[in-house]
Amino acid sequence: MKGNKSLGKRIWQNWELYLFMLPALLYFLVFHYGPMYGIQIAFKNFVPSKGITGSEWVGFDHFERFFNSYFFWDLLWNTFSISFYELAIGFPLPIILALAFNEVRNGPFKKSVQTVTYAPHFISVVVMAGMIITFLSPSSGMIVRVIEFLGFQPAQFLTDPAWFKTVYVFSGVWQSTGWGTIIYLAALSGVDPQLHEAAIVDGASRIKRVLHINLPTIIPTITIMLILNMGNILGLGFEKILLLQNSLNMEASDVISTYVYRAGLVNAQYSFSTAVGLFNSVVNVILLVTVNRIAKRTSENSLW
Amino acid sequence: MVTAMKESKGDKLFLISTYIYLCLALVVVLYPLIYILSASISSPQDVNSGAMWLFPKNVTLDGYKLVFENPKIWNGYLNTIIYTAAGTLLNLAVTLPAAYALSRSDFVGRQLFMGLILFTMFFSGGLVPTYLLVKNLGLINSMGALILPVAASVWNIVVARTFFQSTIPKELQEAAHIDGCTNLKLFIRIILPLSAPIIAVMALFYGVGHWNSYFPSLIYLNDEAKYPLQMVLRQILVLQEMSAETTGAAINGEVAMAMNNKAETASLVKYGVIVVSTLPIVAVYPFLQRYFVQGVMIGSVKG
Repeated sequence: MKGNKSLGKRIWQNWELYLFMLPALLYFLVFHYGPMYGIQIAFKNFVPSKGITGSEWVGFDHFERFFNSYFFWDLLWNTFSISFYELAIGFPLPIILALAFNEVRNGPFKKSVQTVTYAPHFISVVVMAGMIITFLSPSSGMIVRVIEFLGFQPAQFLTDPAWFKTVYVFSGVWQSTGWGTIIYLAALSGVDPQLHEAAIVDGASRIKRVLHINLPTIIPTITIMLILNMGNILGLGFEKILLLQNSLNMEASDVISTYVYRAGLVNAQYSFSTAVGLFNSVVNVILLVTVNRIAKRTSENSLW
Repeated sequence: MVTAMKESKGDKLFLISTYIYLCLALVVVLYPLIYILSASISSPQDVNSGAMWLFPKNVTLDGYKLVFENPKIWNGYLNTIIYTAAGTLLNLAVTLPAAYALSRSDFVGRQLFMGLILFTMFFSGGLVPTYLLVKNLGLINSMGALILPVAASVWNIVVARTFFQSTIPKELQEAAHIDGCTNLKLFIRIILPLSAPIIAVMALFYGVGHWNSYFPSLIYLNDEAKYPLQMVLRQILVLQEMSAETTGAAINGEVAMAMNNKAETASLVKYGVIVVSTLPIVAVYPFLQRYFVQGVMIGSVKG
């Protein structure tokens, strides 16, 4: 009884803080938990005039239709292969760049390289797609010119399905490697200088100190970033893919999220595309939880 | 003395290759940016033939003339400024008070609220249920559809909360309470004035997001007059709708006649709009870099 009283008092004392919390709470309830309530249409035949609750239940029909469709394996393959390709190339590069930044003396050179490599982060996805399309234009593109200058035969980058994934991944590398270093640089600033001094006395070379002092210090950050990336593996840069997609590269560029957009919002198959989207979210959560568990077992670094 | 002795040949080689690597990164990132800038003021013939490859050639401002005389781009710019300003204000009004409340250890239920918010980072209703919700709320074709569904981001709330926790001393709050200061007064008169850096970081993170956003406009707006800049850019750069209306060629008969080659006009306009749309952000960014970087670092402390 006494505990209850003091709890009530503690709540009453700070009643204004609940007011502070209210807009955010409303926002998350309406715009995040609201759509979660709407997920039920994945198990229904949603008819707009009947509303979400009024529509008929159909069980797992939409899921079965999706799993049995001829495009299921293509979508899954494209989604996973683009994600892992991106992870394999795009994940280590910021780490290497951050280690390199860390080796260089603070000064105008370091600062200007940082400023320049961070800048593309602020370019919008539309402008980025526009740049890719312009630079890869077979008749006048800048990158095509460079490849010709180097004596190679340029490919049909935008229309050849074999090239789509590479174009997607490497444009992403150009745009986000620099910005991606910040979080590792923050971790590197925590390296104990005494470790370096001791290693120097012991005669350790620079490269050895990077590999045996700097790298191990940032391993926890690397692990966390890897877990977060794995949890987002199916939520890849859908906006950029949508912009770069065309009828000729479709067989390599159609991923689950672009399919959901097309089926759901362009063709108004609300229930079916919600089911496909839910499949995507569930796989994401499973991947996140699994990777987190593996990380916890093997390295003691984990999200929770 | 010791360090001088240990600067071995291998160390020097390693350091030199590090510098080479960084120079390479610099060139790879910088070259396309310079190319766009140069291409936007060079004659389109020289750009398309490859004669212009680094510095501007046969300088012309026709591209910018076309861009600035294009009412669609102006209209998009104006819309973007309105959406960005309104959206960012809403973001701040939602994020800052909530983040402050969540930073207070004497706030009963903060774990519960935090859990509720964090959960949305990992699981969401998905595209279609969100779209149906916005539609049911009657927000289609209005500014509300662009700013309300993104009124706060989990990440930014966490960043702001971490800032309040680590920079506002607890004694300050206790002293204010003893003096009979209410939480509202405390927040407005004391906390906010002490939080200029985090307000700047939040405004920048959210502002850039609004400025660069196109997908919500694509699905929620159907009136072209309401299109933000990014949607106009999409028409010009991605869909390559090089109609007279989009490129503005019809507006300025003089320039259009001088370059009656439509493709050349198109390419000139492209580089021009890229510069005009991206410049506001890229130009102010080096001055604000410190704040952006700070934001990421605060977030990484407790990610």
